[in-house]
Amino acid sequence: MPAQVPAAEALVRVSSRGERVVEVLLAACGFATILTTAGILLVLAAETFAFLREVGLGKLIFDTQWTPLFSDKHFGIWPLLCGTLLTTLIAIAVALPLGLLSAIYMSELASPHARAVCKPALEVLAGIPTIVYGYFALVVVTPLLQAVIPDLAGFNALSAGAVMGIMITPLIASLTEDALSAVPRGLREAAYALGASRVPTILRVVVPAAMGGIAASVIIAISRAVGETMIVAIAAGQEPRLTLDPRASVETMTAYIVQISMGDTPAGTLEYRTIFVVGAALFLVTLTMNVTSYRLARRFRRQT
Amino acid sequence: MNTPQARARWPERAFFALSLGAVLLPLGILLILLVLVGHSGIGRLSWEFITSYPSRHAARAGILPGLVGSLWLMGLTALIALPLGVGAAIHLEEYGKQSRMSRLIEINIANLAGVPSIVYGLLGLGLFVRTLHMGRSVLAGACTLALLVLPMVVLVSREALRTVPMSLREAAYALGATRWQTIRQVVLPMAYPGILTGAILSLARAIGETAPLVVVGALTYVTFVPDGLDAPFTALPIQIFNWVSRPQRAFAENAAAGIVVLVATMLVLNGTAIYLRSRLQKKRS
Repeated sequence: MPAQVPAAEALVRVSSRGERVVEVLLAACGFATILTTAGILLVLAAETFAFLREVGLGKLIFDTQWTPLFSDKHFGIWPLLCGTLLTTLIAIAVALPLGLLSAIYMSELASPHARAVCKPALEVLAGIPTIVYGYFALVVVTPLLQAVIPDLAGFNALSAGAVMGIMITPLIASLTEDALSAVPRGLREAAYALGASRVPTILRVVVPAAMGGIAASVIIAISRAVGETMIVAIAAGQEPRLTLDPRASVETMTAYIVQISMGDTPAGTLEYRTIFVVGAALFLVTLTMNVTSYRLARRFRRQT
Repeated sequence: MNTPQARARWPERAFFALSLGAVLLPLGILLILLVLVGHSGIGRLSWEFITSYPSRHAARAGILPGLVGSLWLMGLTALIALPLGVGAAIHLEEYGKQSRMSRLIEINIANLAGVPSIVYGLLGLGLFVRTLHMGRSVLAGACTLALLVLPMVVLVSREALRTVPMSLREAAYALGATRWQTIRQVVLPMAYPGILTGAILSLARAIGETAPLVVVGALTYVTFVPDGLDAPFTALPIQIFNWVSRPQRAFAENAAAGIVVLVATMLVLNGTAIYLRSRLQKKRS
């Protein structure tokens, strides 16, 4: 027996040194995710700062034209924000009713069998690459809509926004369904006991009770629509314009970044820096919405 | 029909129909989309299309560089993102559950998951292409995609690790195993199928990404396949984007055929993941 003790001790020592190495390596993997965030912030901040030193914040905020590629350069970011706002509004106008009703159907109305079919099918919809939706918007939806709306431009906010709405419907549907399912059964039963039938129970009891979770899902969907790139780059056009006319060709923040990236823009030039400035604005907008959604969802989970 | 009961029931039926319609409409559009793309792409789909280089003549153009580029990207992305992601997941689940650092990493990953993919492209351009001098290479593209899917890999790996019962870890500790021995010999083998499924789904997402690669500088007209990590590259979605952007109808057909190949690849990946998941569930029960 005593002969085995040093061997065992040696084993522990060797493995414990190995243990430490492994632990540090794994922590480094976790730290890599922090470095990613730091990298995003640094890259965006460095180029934005260089841009602002050259152009100034005033021109970015107070000008109403965005023409960095023209000889008469203007750097007012509003037309790009407006394009993003317009396509996002159209997308939400499509996705909100579809997503909410789908969620109500799957959570409250569908038989378990129907639910087992619909849920994965909607997941497929969410998994399709956005380039495919972009093709669909430009090649199929725009000609269809042009038959109904004669003065619809070849590139327009309407088709891009509508197809984007279809794309984010599964996101709203799935998150809202989670929120509806989290509403305690007791609430539904209490409503039934008071003589309410199914539909009023859903609309006046279950949906209001899940409102926090639903709001969180809608905000995350808006954030997704704001950051969505390929659909708007392909179908919404490249004309930065301060308009809320859905028939017009507009340019979103993301589409602008794609437009510049497709050309040959040498590093260090003002044009090159503009894509980081627009990226920084995009990052700020989506981050604000993601954090708001995260807070709402957390508060909602605590309530239920 | 005119009994009060029937009258009370019809709004309910109408609401039911409306809700069902809300599910069926997007699915119907999906079906139409797939049929239309298939219909207009099938004529161009041939072995030649898959093994040819792009061309100014739509009828002679193919997707070889895009397809090979996408495979390169997928392999490299897996090599970078999987060790990092699984490592981070093990760190969060098995080691520092209470520490402040872990809290920070957790919140950070939740935030990263919501960052638009094009912002990752800007990160790749600023960090890998410029600062680290990788140039507009396939390696820079893969590094960018790896960071993009990293939050997803971490999330799915954590979920897989969480399904391993605590009692198994305790049993291993009771037998004198150290933490890492327990993880390597007990926890990881049990979580492995779940991690694999999640990894495949993450890679399926990576090969469909277009925007970050455009920003990093994937080329749109490439007449060669990458021959090393520092080679310029293109990818299947980029090739499709290039064809969609051209006004000629013949190129739209090429784009449709490219989409058929892309979606088929993703379906195969997703199908594999679902198959693995169901086999795992059968084994468990």
